[in-house]
Amino acid sequence: MAHSATTIKGITGRRRNLIPLHIILILGAFTMIFPFYWMIITSFKTLGESIMVPPTMWPNSWALTNYREVLRTLPMWQLYFNTMLLIALRIVCAVVFSSMAAFAFAKLRFPFKGLLFFVVITQQMLPPQVYIIPQYLQLSKLNMLNTHFALLYPGLVSAFGTFFLRQFYLSLPPDLSEAAMIDGCNIGQTFLKILLPLTRTALMALSVFTAIFAYSEMMWPLIVNMKVDMMTLSAGISSLQNQYFTKYPLLMAGSAMAMLPMLILYLIFQKQFIEGIALTGTKA
Amino acid sequence: MTTAKIVPRRRSRLLRSEWAWAYLLIAPTIIGLCILNIYPFFNSIWLSLQKMQGLTPAKYIGIKNYQTLFADKLVMQATWNTLYFMLLTVPVGVFLALIMATLLNNNIRGRDIYRGIYFLPLVVAPAAIAMVWRWMFNAENGIINQFLGLFGIAGPNWLSDPNTALVSCAIITIWSSIGYDLVLLLAGLQSIPQNYYEACEIDGAGPLRKFFHITVPLVSPTLFFVTVLRVMSAIKVFDVIYMLIKDSNPAFNKGVSLMVLFYREAFVKFNKGYASAIVMWSFVIIGVLTAIQFIAEKKLVNYD
Repeated sequence: MAHSATTIKGITGRRRNLIPLHIILILGAFTMIFPFYWMIITSFKTLGESIMVPPTMWPNSWALTNYREVLRTLPMWQLYFNTMLLIALRIVCAVVFSSMAAFAFAKLRFPFKGLLFFVVITQQMLPPQVYIIPQYLQLSKLNMLNTHFALLYPGLVSAFGTFFLRQFYLSLPPDLSEAAMIDGCNIGQTFLKILLPLTRTALMALSVFTAIFAYSEMMWPLIVNMKVDMMTLSAGISSLQNQYFTKYPLLMAGSAMAMLPMLILYLIFQKQFIEGIALTGTKA
Repeated sequence: MTTAKIVPRRRSRLLRSEWAWAYLLIAPTIIGLCILNIYPFFNSIWLSLQKMQGLTPAKYIGIKNYQTLFADKLVMQATWNTLYFMLLTVPVGVFLALIMATLLNNNIRGRDIYRGIYFLPLVVAPAAIAMVWRWMFNAENGIINQFLGLFGIAGPNWLSDPNTALVSCAIITIWSSIGYDLVLLLAGLQSIPQNYYEACEIDGAGPLRKFFHITVPLVSPTLFFVTVLRVMSAIKVFDVIYMLIKDSNPAFNKGVSLMVLFYREAFVKFNKGYASAIVMWSFVIIGVLTAIQFIAEKKLVNYD
């Protein structure tokens, strides 16, 4: 009896505490959403309405002129294509090459393994800006500036991916690969048919991680692709800002359009995004 | 063990095929890292010892770039700005994320919705985020100063006042990274067994004691990881400052970060030798901070 009384007290105690908790969380959520609301509302206002005092919380009329103007200034579809292509290629490279290397580092014996793995770890310890000028000079020597390849270039291989996936291969029981070998699989078959499919969750997480960072990267695309039709969305709208520094409704329209593709992906795959990021944090 | 039964010759052939597979599988990554990272690292050191301006051929000048750098008031100011930016963003950002994660860990209704909302800025391009905040921070027509005006407060010139420019950038950065940190911390919190809290409750502990005696020590590995992540990204801050504090901004000197300065030297002024010296200087700063973190980890983080 005494025991059940304390439990009930515990539960009611918690219930009471939940209301201030929700208030804080809702205020937080409001702070997170409001800038996006304001971006979208402003993007439909005329320049005149946008600077009215007091500001209108809902546009008087939904003007599409800002969006038209953005489409006239920037090759938006090309930017979407460039960005999505960049993300897709970065994911493919990270998943394919990192899986191969991670499997070898975790499951195979070979000379100089420690030294070679050290190469992978060092890359992660140095700030990426250290590589930027030399990478830029390499591309410029190859005459590859202003290409899709230039955007992809630093992401051809992923040290983070190798390190991260290696943790997963290490956690797979050794009996699995031994059993496959006894059944006559060679090393390549063991990797592709037995172990690789078991890292699906990790590959999903790596893809999300790669996508988020490729999408938000700014300095590199600004540097290598100066031609507007080879830019990514981030670089494109930053050039929009240079052109229309104070035409806020227009800038908001550009921002809203730039945010759209990733936002749609996020709304569809929200669970994978969040669980993927949580996984990269706990395993890395 | 199966290998014990195999005759030595067959065993060595197997071993050699294992080596061959291993080298084949790691080849793309290792070759890629050598071309993309190892060589560029040494190349950057070499470039920092050159005079390499515009299209004129590079010339070896020893440590002259570094001498210029330490006498360069703007670089020193940018170093301070960057460290100040770190102090503004890391403690507040990580603390807020931890508080929010602790609140969400209460088995609360709608937890996934809250988490989904807080994570939202991570899927939006930083350039777009910077622009909407520039608009909200606008001195005359920005919604923030309009709102403050309702209470008779005259809001500052957020982004162009040297005293508030970097603080404004810090607010934006905290706002955009809180969701990421929160997701990592929540994952860490969820691995704390619930009965620890129950035991503590039986002892009559309130929420504050539970937070400091159970939550903080048990989540300390994740907390440490998140802090390191934030320190590194603060030192490398580029996007938000590049977008919001242009050369023409009166707050430029008080707001510019090392990476923005690096970008300007290398790709606006085409002074790649000097820019390399700046990047090596930031590399030294990161090295010192990493060493401090390494010591802190041993003292503060609880890995059992």
